Amino acid sequence: MRVVLGEDLTLLRDGLIRLLTAYDMDVVAAVDNGPDLLTALVTHRPDVAVVDVRLPPSFTDEGLQAAIEARAQVPGLPVLVLSQHVEPLYARELLSTVGGGLGYLLKDRVSDVRRFIEAVRIVAGGGTAMDPEVVSQLLARHARDEPLSRLTPREREVLALMAEGRTNAGIASRLVVTEKAVNKHISNIFTKLDLYPDEDGNRRVLAVLAYLNA
Amino acid sequence: MSHHGGVFSRLVRLTLVTCVRGLVQAVVSLVGLLLFVACLLSLLTLAGGIGILLAPMSLLALRRLASTQRRWARHWSGVTIATPYRPRPVELTNGLIGRLQRCKWLLTDPATWRDLLWALVGVPVSVVLGLLPVFMVVAGIWTVVADLGAWLFGLWSTAPPSFWGQVLFLGMLSLVPFAGPLLLRAHAWAAASLLAPTREAMATQVGQLAESRSQAVDASAAELRRIERDLHDGAQARLVSLGMNIGFAEQVLRENPDLALNLLAEARASSGQALTELRTLVRGIHPPVLAERGLDGAVRALTLSLPLPVDLHIELAGRASPPVESAVYFAVAEALANVIKHSGANRAWVQVEYHSARLVAIVGDNGTGGATLRPGGGLRGVERRLAAFDGVLALTSPVGGPTVVTMELPCELSLART
Repeated sequence: MRVVLGEDLTLLRDGLIRLLTAYDMDVVAAVDNGPDLLTALVTHRPDVAVVDVRLPPSFTDEGLQAAIEARAQVPGLPVLVLSQHVEPLYARELLSTVGGGLGYLLKDRVSDVRRFIEAVRIVAGGGTAMDPEVVSQLLARHARDEPLSRLTPREREVLALMAEGRTNAGIASRLVVTEKAVNKHISNIFTKLDLYPDEDGNRRVLAVLAYLNA
Repeated sequence: MSHHGGVFSRLVRLTLVTCVRGLVQAVVSLVGLLLFVACLLSLLTLAGGIGILLAPMSLLALRRLASTQRRWARHWSGVTIATPYRPRPVELTNGLIGRLQRCKWLLTDPATWRDLLWALVGVPVSVVLGLLPVFMVVAGIWTVVADLGAWLFGLWSTAPPSFWGQVLFLGMLSLVPFAGPLLLRAHAWAAASLLAPTREAMATQVGQLAESRSQAVDASAAELRRIERDLHDGAQARLVSLGMNIGFAEQVLRENPDLALNLLAEARASSGQALTELRTLVRGIHPPVLAERGLDGAVRALTLSLPLPVDLHIELAGRASPPVESAVYFAVAEALANVIKHSGANRAWVQVEYHSARLVAIVGDNGTGGATLRPGGGLRGVERRLAAFDGVLALTSPVGGPTVVTMELPCELSLART
């Protein structure tokens, strides 16, 4: 799996390269600023891009902007954005670019190495990996919305886990219930939110996120 | 009875106090007249040179007198007269140039000329309004004494005042406790008309305040941005790397214990560096020693960590408010940082003193000089920060040195905390 890495702090860049390499990923380019990142993404067209939101030269959201621009030039380019803080606005901008795997994780998540690597793979495979923090902020924003308020607390939990990109089996084991029960919850959620329950996998997640993002 | 006695003695006391105050105003206005003449003479000799020495002395004496009158207006009549003077510039030298600067500062301040005008116009006003209560009391008492004298001894050859005259004078005597304070207040208003800042001066001051406030806001916004950046790139990044290393080590512990061991050692180093960075950052926000020991101790601690000897002369009888302490501390720290970075000096000195309600901090070195106040430079930042406290910064740094940075700001000192 070919990875392009955009991270300006040497400490973290080197750590991430070592980590990704240890899990048989091929870091084809590791850059430390926005313009270089855009060039690397467009020329290498990697299987997945791992990008820090804040990059030089402006030290604002150069990384995010480069990723969005790259997705405009290379449709469906999978991007996993890392950040030291959660900003729903950024999630929103990222989600508004259509197609391909997407992820937005707090940098803290790299300490759970297995899950982090899993997230990279999910995104590379066209899936979605949203940080629980992002999801809960998006949910909080809709807390008083009419359809969401009809969800039971358990259904909300399931919704949040879905938005993180977990599979039905993953949700079931997390909540210590059967997959059948999870299926029931999901079908309830989709009915209450007027979404199509027959959609599967990532399209299902995207439907949920699109709903939350609206 | 005792209640009536209380009221009566209070009226008597009020009468006496009013008379004394009026008398003082009248006499002081005559002192003012003398000072006016002295100022006039020293101004006339300004071209001759001797006036350069005398004019600031006499004008400042007049200023002190006017300030006393402002204080009396507030204490005696409740009329608050704001101080209209422009801030004293930081003196660059004590020699002839310093004297000339003093003259310029005093002579270009409109408040100086209004003081002079009051010293002249105030004389008749003060004499009339000040002596009127005394006259009323004396005339009233004179009526009584003359009457008694005529009645008892027939001593007085002059005729006592007519009946209506007596009624008038006695009425005046009883009026003093009520009319006297009003006369004093009228005097205070008259003084305020010339001794208070003019409307334009106030407008200018408001403009300056608005500017220094916006500068302070800019400075603090830049400061917050710096802190955020330091945290983001420093401690926060270290902690992320720490977590990554530990997590990685956890994964490879069984198959590759050597790698795990390396990762854990790196993690430990990373946690130590994170702490160091946090400490440095905290010191940059508010040094703990500043909170604990005040400006004196903090500047001492600062100079201990510097790679060159610093002569210290700190004389503070108390502590300034925390924001002032912090501003002065960082101003001194910035000036010393410049000494180390740019001056090539092998010796520096710091002087911190408090006099005439101003905190003065001077940082000097024996380096090569040639320092300037570049826009965006550290000293400009200090200047902006001090401006928020009405403080000023002056830099003298001739090529070849030495460099002296003088910082001054008005503030109050509280008694030393123990």
